[in-house]
Amino acid sequence: MQSKKKIRVLIAKPGLDSHDRGAKVVARALRDAGMEVIYTGLRQTPEQIVETALQEDVDVIGLSILSGAHKALFPRIMELLSQKGLTDVMVFAGGIIPEEDIAELKKLGIKEIFGPGTPTETIIKYVQENVQKRA
Amino acid sequence: MLTIDEIVKGVLAGDRRSIARAITIAENNTPEAQKLIAAIYPHTGKAHIIGLTGPGGSGKSTLIEKMVREYRRKGKTVGVVAVDPSSPFTGGAFLGDRIRMQELSTDEGVFIRSMATRNYAGGIAKATKDAVKILDAAGKDIILVETVGAGQSEVEIIKVAQSIVVIHAPGLGDDIQAIKAGLMEIADIFVVNKADRENADKAAMDIQAMLQLNNKETAWKPPILKTIALTGEGVSQLIEKLEEHKNFLEKEEERRKSLLRAEAELVEAIKEKIVNVVINELKKEEKFEDLLHKILDKKIDPASAAEKLLHGKLKKATRNA
Repeated sequence: MQSKKKIRVLIAKPGLDSHDRGAKVVARALRDAGMEVIYTGLRQTPEQIVETALQEDVDVIGLSILSGAHKALFPRIMELLSQKGLTDVMVFAGGIIPEEDIAELKKLGIKEIFGPGTPTETIIKYVQENVQKRA
Repeated sequence: MLTIDEIVKGVLAGDRRSIARAITIAENNTPEAQKLIAAIYPHTGKAHIIGLTGPGGSGKSTLIEKMVREYRRKGKTVGVVAVDPSSPFTGGAFLGDRIRMQELSTDEGVFIRSMATRNYAGGIAKATKDAVKILDAAGKDIILVETVGAGQSEVEIIKVAQSIVVIHAPGLGDDIQAIKAGLMEIADIFVVNKADRENADKAAMDIQAMLQLNNKETAWKPPILKTIALTGEGVSQLIEKLEEHKNFLEKEEERRKSLLRAEAELVEAIKEKIVNVVINELKKEEKFEDLLHKILDKKIDPASAAEKLLHGKLKKATRNA
């Protein structure tokens, strides 16, 4: 019997950003690397993002944020993930995130932060190497 | 990590995490998949399974969002399986149907799952029918299956759904061309969406004309409805018609259609087993590897190579049969 495991990724935009160019570029790059990418559009609440991750049974969540609200939204997302038992989902982030906030966000469990100008190959490689392989 | 037994128990109790995991297992077609489906199968058969198909841009996702809201108002729980195509080259997929449905994602009575075709032909994924069974066993009253943007021959949905809604919209190009033969024949209900647009009446009339050409006497006459998915107009009438169709099925056709579905499923399962047995047998032969190289070196074409491998075998099998 043929058995194929695919990396499933949720690309999500929490909060009140009004454009999603970067998120779409990353979504497309991951798709072209053979992953199944679920994109949910703009202005998602932490509850929507976590519930979507649960229903879609994703291996990875990529959060894109430009609004500066990451210090409010990311902790809530990480808290909900752990409440729902989604602790084996790998979370990375990107967008406009000041250098001095990175350590704090990583402490929350966000594995990596990719700033503007990161080559998409870097993100693809990171995801492939760090995703937790599940059944 | 949940065991299969725990997942089955969870699915039957309606636990969302278990439902999600179960669908992944079915999709990945791991050895446990068959065991899982076998365990939940006796608990299926309660949901009304509705397939929605039609060309890309006709408004399937938006219409589904409004349908889910209407069903929720009526106190029904709803599962949605939304299928999008995989790239035949990279195997990757961009699954964007949720964009139109995200407000529903935190409603406990709704479970939405996006699914890539993984190159299964016919407008759905191979695991779509398993996902439907899982949602059915989990107690969802209504299950909506959205096919990939389909035009003509993507009619696999009939093996999965009880009621088929074919959606069209004016201005998508050569009006009736987009829903000819295949889709015309499988529709239980036609929807002309974006009915506020110019030419909506003409689109409806075109469908009407096509239906009249079909002079077969059928007990169910597919109605043609007009909707504006963006505002929700016409959606409650669509739900009413679907309920009517469900009653009709229960009364007259359910048994017959179910038998056909069961047959299709059984044949599918047999086919898969036979193909696996034959291929594994052929792979054991020395010739197999040899022929691979010859194909690569353009010394033989794949069809002739297949004939060489099968030569004599098929004849023998037919004689024994």
